[in-house]
Amino acid sequence: MEPLDGNSIGGLLIDVFGAEMTGVSGTCGYCGDTGPVAGLVVYRQAPGTVARCRVCGNIVMVFVKVRAMTCVDLMGMARLDKPGAA
Amino acid sequence: MAGTALRGRLTWQVATVAALTRETTSVCTIGLEPPDWPGHRAGQHLDVRLTAEDGYRAERSYSIASAPGERLAITVERLDDGEVSPYLTEELQVGDELELRGPIGGYFVWEPNDGSPLMLLAGGSGVVPLRCILRDRLRTGSDVPARLLYSARTLPDVIYRDELGQHHDGVEVGYTLTRGQPPGWTGHTGRINADLLADAAWPAAANPVAYVCGPTSFVETAAAGLVGLGYPPGRVKTERFGATGGT
Amino acid sequence: MSSPVSRGFRGLRRAPAGQEGRLPPGQYLTDGFPVLSAGPTPHIPLADWTFSITQGGETKKSWTWREFRAVPDEEVTRDIHCVTKWTKLDTVWRGVSVDTLLGQVEHDAPYVLAFCDGGYTTNLPIEDVTGGKAWVAFDYDGQPLEPEHGGPARLLVPHLYFWKSAKWVRGLDLRDRDEPGFWETYGYHMYGDPWREQRYAGD
Repeated sequence: MEPLDGNSIGGLLIDVFGAEMTGVSGTCGYCGDTGPVAGLVVYRQAPGTVARCRVCGNIVMVFVKVRAMTCVDLMGMARLDKPGAA
Repeated sequence: MAGTALRGRLTWQVATVAALTRETTSVCTIGLEPPDWPGHRAGQHLDVRLTAEDGYRAERSYSIASAPGERLAITVERLDDGEVSPYLTEELQVGDELELRGPIGGYFVWEPNDGSPLMLLAGGSGVVPLRCILRDRLRTGSDVPARLLYSARTLPDVIYRDELGQHHDGVEVGYTLTRGQPPGWTGHTGRINADLLADAAWPAAANPVAYVCGPTSFVETAAAGLVGLGYPPGRVKTERFGATGGT
Repeated sequence: MSSPVSRGFRGLRRAPAGQEGRLPPGQYLTDGFPVLSAGPTPHIPLADWTFSITQGGETKKSWTWREFRAVPDEEVTRDIHCVTKWTKLDTVWRGVSVDTLLGQVEHDAPYVLAFCDGGYTTNLPIEDVTGGKAWVAFDYDGQPLEPEHGGPARLLVPHLYFWKSAKWVRGLDLRDRDEPGFWETYGYHMYGDPWREQRYAGD
């Protein structure tokens, strides 16, 4: 199963951030690579959604839907621009 | 960004299936009438949600095939082991309801006032958002030079063949057929590679903006190929469908 | 908000006709075997593969692939239940019982944390990986376990939700406390009994 990219979680990101995020710039906390969220490598099959840095492969974002709530882990991101900054 | 104000939440709405058009043996375009569509930008997609009688749900994303201003449409490829695509391409009927939300996407979008030459690379059903871009270009009267290089297995697998073939006014459409070619075929053959791109792509010096869409492996090769020709990575926009597309 | 029913949509599920009792609550039956991953499939040469029992930073026992395959194994047929709601009946595996592996070390730890190539972890009580309830499986359906399904070897703990059956398992770390593994950290249930529908923390 090939992974997708950040475009595929566009809807999820709007749910979580309340805004379009695919064009927003993020910086990987492991290797420093900077690029649009759309470029992240995304594994979508549940139990959760995992986004990895395209360059180093480390996990930068995790989204887990638990009942009506989405748990968001952005600790792998060193920096994530604000929505609308694109 | 007039007309694209985000309300902060995407809400599901129930659209009526207005039309079904078979594009190829495994591909179908679904015309939709949602009650409250806010409009969209070329390149965006929407989410579809199906609910079975026992409450089971499945959700998928599909690129919007219609240009902004046209009746909303998505084009779906039936995947043999898919869960949703066989339903959408074979079971769905005009008059049925389809729950959807959108538009979604802020990165893989084209603005008609972008004056850059357009380089479009399509792998299989990755042609859908690129066709949307070309239709938007036509509707808005943009005169940016545009090239589409479309990789498909065989000629019968080419979606929108008649429509793409009709393009003129600054749009060049080229095909590469990877699995079989008709007799007398003069187009490209085989998978996209550096040589093919060197031949078919706008030179980097023209400062084109590129949109590459298709299965993940196609996008990796094609995007790397453009960067290898000197396209700045920031000028190569990518959208990966994965091997299963929307399933 | 209730969604309209999509006329004629069934998905990939098949009717459980006569097998309802084998479906935990909230589950649907499937014939397929979906691949669920949080990262790229690791590819480790068998010459480099080891399975280890560790504790407190120390390796108590380790097997190379050859040593592991020399240990007695058994075929097991079990139903498996994924937290994403699909259940697959009568899946056939071949593997080494965790009892056999743990039996080679002295231990009295109450918990284990399974660790894997790619960094995945999951936590289990020791009594849920012993007493004939768990295996390190290397064959599925009569064939070597494919990499995308966890090959060369995965943990198999069929009485719990399948996220506990860690793919690409490389060992068990003996622990004094039940510490959440990867998905458990994000809100999945620490134990994961499908018959009590323990999908999320608090269930």
